[in-house]
Amino acid sequence: MAYTSNGASIEADEEGYLININEWNEELAGQIAKDEGITMTPEHWEVINFLREYYQEYQIAPAVRVLTKAIAKKMGPDKGNNKYLYELFPYGPGKQACKIGGLPKPTGCV
Amino acid sequence: MSTLHTVNKSPFERNNLEACLGHAQPGDAILLIEDGVIAALAGGSLEGKMADAAKTFKLFALGPDLAARGLDPARIVAGIKVVDYGGFVDLTAENKAINAWL
Amino acid sequence: MDEMESGIVKKFMFVNRKPPHGTVYALEVLEMVLISAAFDQDVHLAFLDDGVLQIKKGQTPAGIGVKNFSPTYRALEGYDIEKLYVEAESLAERGLTEDDLLVPVEVISRADMGKLMAEMDVVMTA
Repeated sequence: MAYTSNGASIEADEEGYLININEWNEELAGQIAKDEGITMTPEHWEVINFLREYYQEYQIAPAVRVLTKAIAKKMGPDKGNNKYLYELFPYGPGKQACKIGGLPKPTGCV
Repeated sequence: MSTLHTVNKSPFERNNLEACLGHAQPGDAILLIEDGVIAALAGGSLEGKMADAAKTFKLFALGPDLAARGLDPARIVAGIKVVDYGGFVDLTAENKAINAWL
Repeated sequence: MDEMESGIVKKFMFVNRKPPHGTVYALEVLEMVLISAAFDQDVHLAFLDDGVLQIKKGQTPAGIGVKNFSPTYRALEGYDIEKLYVEAESLAERGLTEDDLLVPVEVISRADMGKLMAEMDVVMTA
């Protein structure tokens, strides 16, 4: 499949994850979020940005358990817990947030 | 006219470097590529063998393969010259034949 | 699987012997290790022979058109995989030292590596 963002066609796999993470932009993120039934808020962006930074540093999308722990470490236990993250991304903070953030599906995620 | 030999496996894992050194003729060029660049590491157990080989053959290692593995060109055996892809092409043009030891 | 669900923890060891980038082994094992973290087992990683090169600092494989997955070894700590062992002889044979490695490891002798392997319940080597 492919998205159209800012007049350009951007390739994605059959589940909607971008083929080339460098083609990601914020407009596209909003578009993917909308497809997922999510209205982006500053709280959503905070998680997306955290994930993108994690990917930059380690070259993988973290497993949910690892993401939750890492967010707790950086932003505190109020945000680093399953309830908070699943409220933001009901179909899974790993799966959904990675898709919106232009990252590949987390390793080990089926 | 000489031959260009390429060796693409680690000498710790396969014997194609050994086979190449045993068959190449004096003055031939030997280019280490892919995992073959591991043979170029200075300070290890292969240093003596490679330093000896450098007296008989023209030894080269492919720069992008060294860089990929984090191997510093300043820490390879003296006598092994680092070439880039352009240098690889030059070597194929300068030699009569290519023998790829796989 | 039943054993894992009932909370029995086994000692697993993934033994890395291949250099990175030339073949797909190193990356495949790394992915297997990351997935194994989900099962809460006692995971050990061993690097010996050319496998020590997997955690060599300064890898820049862009020039050969390969993804640089070496930073991912630094993520292992976040996955609670912290038992990394490197064989001293393997480093020496390649002119390398502990300073060349991009993650904290325990450097042990070949003899001790053999003993450690013998203590494991499951050993997977690639």
